[in-house]
Amino acid sequence: MSKVKPRGKVPKKAAIDEVIEIKTLIRHPMHSGRMKDKDGKNIPRQIINSFKVDFEGKEIFKMKLEPSISTNPYIAFPYKAKKTGTFNFEWKDDSGNTYTMKRKMTVS
Amino acid sequence: MKTIKMINISRRNAIALMLGTAGYIMSSGIAFAGKEQVLKRIDEITKGKGAKELDIFLDLPEIAENGNQVKVNFEIESEMTEENYVKNVYILADGNPAPDVAKFSFTPDMGMCSATTRIRLSKTQNVVLVAENNKNEYFMTKSKVKVTIGGCGG
Repeated sequence: MSKVKPRGKVPKKAAIDEVIEIKTLIRHPMHSGRMKDKDGKNIPRQIINSFKVDFEGKEIFKMKLEPSISTNPYIAFPYKAKKTGTFNFEWKDDSGNTYTMKRKMTVS
Repeated sequence: MKTIKMINISRRNAIALMLGTAGYIMSSGIAFAGKEQVLKRIDEITKGKGAKELDIFLDLPEIAENGNQVKVNFEIESEMTEENYVKNVYILADGNPAPDVAKFSFTPDMGMCSATTRIRLSKTQNVVLVAENNKNEYFMTKSKVKVTIGGCGG
């Protein structure tokens, strides 16, 4: 699963009380378990099933993903900037693999 | 290689088999969630209370040319304070193999209740949004999307 690669866009700087938008994308095939390969064999279900975001250790947002989410899941959500800190992003797939990413933001 | 059973297939049996297989494919390949299952899910989510229809901003294309990547964006008006905030948002679809699409869990730290993602839609169908606030009140809205080429590998 070396192809799985998380990406994220978080503004480096924000003003206090500014609502910023965080955009994330993870490269993942999201096999729904219903698709077939070239030989007509069923590709077993293999999806990213959860996504979680912490800011300085406090959970701010999470999402449960089902097979109806597109390939390379894209997730965007807001956050109200209060202080300087680090976001921790975490994706989990059906095999129990965890993919993480960190992003820093300075608030002034 | 000891226990190979030979099955004699007569023409009549073969036709019956083909029809049976076709029927099986029809029923398994085109098994969609349907409105009843979505209603059942709403009932489960709201613990039987039901959801009030509300004019929530749910942005979906009217016509999706490619059902594999349909952008969904929603925004729910909420103070997003500890006393009053939207806790969970469920996205359901009545024309996909399973009714559940996604569940978003919000916190007051977000300052605003909105999110964007991309979903698969296997055919023309209704996308339903159910929102739950911290007082366990439920609201819903829906939007119909026409799909030209379906997703879900169907």
